Amino acid sequence: MTPPDKGLDAHLVVERGTFRLDVELTAAPGDVVALLGPNGAGKTTALRALAGLVGLTDGHLRLDGAELDRTPPESRPVGVVFQDYLLFPHLTALDNVGFGPRCQGATKAESRAIAAEWLERMGLAEHSGAKPRKLSGGQAQRVAVARALATRPRLLLLDEPLAALDARTRLDVRAQLRRHLAEFEAVAVLVTHDPLDAMVLADRLVVIEQGRIVQEGTPADIARHPRTDYIAQLVGLNLYKGNADGHTVTLDTGPTITTTEDLTGEVFVAFPPSAVTLFRDRPTGASARNLWHCEVAGLETHGDQIRVDLTGELPLAADLTTPAAAELDLHQGASVWAAVKATQTHSYPT
Amino acid sequence: MTRSARRTRRTLQVAGAGAAALLALSACSSSDDSSSSKSDTSASASPKMSGTVTVFAAASLKESFTTLGKEFETAHPGTKVTFNFAGSDTLAASITSGAPADVFAAASPKTMAIVTDKGDGVGTPATFVRNQLEIATLPGNPDKVTSLKDLTKSSLKVVLCDKTVPCGAAAQKALTASKLKLTPVSYEEDVKSALNKVVLKEADAAVVYKTDVHAAGSKVEGVEFPESADAINDYPIVLLKNAPNAVAAKAFIALVQSAEGQKVLSAAGFLKP
Amino acid sequence: MTQLDTSDAATETLKGGPRRRRVRMTGRGVPLPLLVPALVGLAFLLLPLLALLVRAPWRSLPSQLTSTEVWQALQLSLLSATLATAVCLVLGVPLAWLLARTEFPGRRFVRALVTLPLVLPPVVGGVALLLALGRNGVVGQWLDSWFGITLPFTTTGVVVAEAFVAMPFLVISVEGTLRAADPRYEEAAQTLGASRFTAFRRVTLPLIAPGIAAGSVLAWARALGEFGATITFAGNFPGRTQTMPLAVYLALQNDPEAAIALSLVLLAVSIAVLAGLRDRWMTTS
Repeated sequence: MTPPDKGLDAHLVVERGTFRLDVELTAAPGDVVALLGPNGAGKTTALRALAGLVGLTDGHLRLDGAELDRTPPESRPVGVVFQDYLLFPHLTALDNVGFGPRCQGATKAESRAIAAEWLERMGLAEHSGAKPRKLSGGQAQRVAVARALATRPRLLLLDEPLAALDARTRLDVRAQLRRHLAEFEAVAVLVTHDPLDAMVLADRLVVIEQGRIVQEGTPADIARHPRTDYIAQLVGLNLYKGNADGHTVTLDTGPTITTTEDLTGEVFVAFPPSAVTLFRDRPTGASARNLWHCEVAGLETHGDQIRVDLTGELPLAADLTTPAAAELDLHQGASVWAAVKATQTHSYPT
Repeated sequence: MTRSARRTRRTLQVAGAGAAALLALSACSSSDDSSSSKSDTSASASPKMSGTVTVFAAASLKESFTTLGKEFETAHPGTKVTFNFAGSDTLAASITSGAPADVFAAASPKTMAIVTDKGDGVGTPATFVRNQLEIATLPGNPDKVTSLKDLTKSSLKVVLCDKTVPCGAAAQKALTASKLKLTPVSYEEDVKSALNKVVLKEADAAVVYKTDVHAAGSKVEGVEFPESADAINDYPIVLLKNAPNAVAAKAFIALVQSAEGQKVLSAAGFLKP
Repeated sequence: MTQLDTSDAATETLKGGPRRRRVRMTGRGVPLPLLVPALVGLAFLLLPLLALLVRAPWRSLPSQLTSTEVWQALQLSLLSATLATAVCLVLGVPLAWLLARTEFPGRRFVRALVTLPLVLPPVVGGVALLLALGRNGVVGQWLDSWFGITLPFTTTGVVVAEAFVAMPFLVISVEGTLRAADPRYEEAAQTLGASRFTAFRRVTLPLIAPGIAAGSVLAWARALGEFGATITFAGNFPGRTQTMPLAVYLALQNDPEAAIALSLVLLAVSIAVLAGLRDRWMTTS
């Protein structure tokens, strides 16, 4: 297997005490890869390893065909946008962006010209003299991106680039960042725990749990075919693992689910909470063939819906409209019947 | 005024009794120990001596006074002698500022005068020893210093005591008397630090007291010089007015002036008064 | 009613209300168990200084202060304290960085060693310096025989002694600031192509400037008041090694009035300098 001489080819192994990160990442120039995972999964460690801020215990790291394993961070063609941006508080926006070019050998005037150009491109020309303290969250984020891009990196790393922003700013900044990433001609890797950010910004998702890749693919693929509870929760699906025999899937825990797909062997079955219908009494002659007796474990508002957590024969989440929930007189401990149409389930091999 | 006179008289009486007791005790100390308790009762006419005697003494007295302090404690069980050895001027300053001390032994009449002028002493201070200056050189006298004049050579690093302390004043007196001009590398704050500069080989020579050279043993070599005769220091001792333990203090002064005390002081290099 | 006032004051403080108003409020807002010891502590610190002022020989002051010896000692004190602070900065800031930003075996131990001059009696420090850097010292003998440099009894010796005693103040202050500063700024600089040294110089140094300033002021003040190590290591010679504290000490021997006068000069100069610096630098920290 010959490594591609363009783009990223990495096998990152980092051991730290009992934690072990072992992740393989490849990306072609122009790719935007999102590392998605719960807290402590090792996403940020992976990012730091790519930047050279953490040494590799094992594995390799090649960028455009060049070995980088032993290259110190300052010599790697890598730009990083840190989670809280880490703009140097004593420098103006202009000098923050010019810092990289200056370190790469540009004169003060040259680096300022480069920086001014980047700020212009980010729509921040009028803020070039401002200290980071005076910038809004969104502006600071754009300065951070400009600062990382001003060194013309071959690999752009973004650590939770939108996490520090409030919901309203986030929407705008996300759209802008998407545009900048789309223009970026080299590899971009972003770390996030927010599935929406990942899906909007990235071409490909890599889901990491406990230091290992549990799933990777396009956002659409992952949204439809989650393979772990974490991903299922992220994309808002009920997910079960079982053994398929034709249209019937017998779950490891006992109950069965009838599906549209005709499969055999180990499969995942997924259906959205909105596909669940609840009844206080056992429905008679219901068309749904999937019917389970459950108990309400919890209720919470989820947008304009009520998310009902159910335990019992099959633990699942169901979304109801508020009037529907009121009509059913749901409360914790209430006994209910949950039905799901086979056509609304989706099964796929593990 | 009458009251103070009366008090002085009384103190003197007490002191006399103390001295008698001391003599009795020191007589006993040469015989066996078992009789010492008996002699204690024999001195019951005077107030019983106990407690702590605090002696402020010039730094140069350290070795000999420490010895005498131990002798005193042995002779008077139940007493304890604590010393504060420092530059006489420092001691004088702390006494006049009210430091609780019983006895002050200074290295010069001038520093003693600081205390007596303020009326902090009892009676006239008595000169108990004298000290003569000597040149301390490195062991083996590598620079071949034989006279005070040799110290004026610019290649030599000489330290003197600061003129504010007795050894410095005495050295200045000797230099003036012999019409010599000496520029030292440092005016040290007391005689011990002047000596230490030679002990540590930072300076080639220091003008200090005979007793200091004596105390330093083989770490320095002493060179006597005739001009030192012009600057012999008298060491006065006095009982302090606010002495918390005047009885024992008197006894200690008596010990210093006794033949026994003088023997210890001579052994340390002091001259008889 | 009082309670209302207090809560009012609290909200005012929380909101970061106008300075003048806050100051007025503090008096009522401070709980007694804190206020009383605080005031006693303040009195404890100020009383001796006050006594110095009360007993100062104001009449003879002018003549005391116009003597050349005083000016010589003052000049020497200011010069040597400033040079000692410079030495502390050049050596102490990198040392603080090493202690705060790197991990090496025995780092805690080294850190404890650095603070040793704080607990060591300065006179012992002076003797130790003599044993190390004196003419016959462990290192000093080589300085003497190779370069003909002897430190004792020289102004350089004064600077060395003062720097020795003052450096821990700077190192501890700067190390504390470094630990409080986010090390990721250095990482950010590195990812932008800065070497570790460039990152330190262009990012960390400006970030910890207030801490460095505070540390320098402490070190300077400590150096200015240094007595024991200086007189032991550098001796006492007017114009060369006799700094103000030495002059004060020796004056105290036979002329306490002169000593008080000298102390007042030292006090006045220190207060002027420290107050000036505080306003400019230390409030920003």
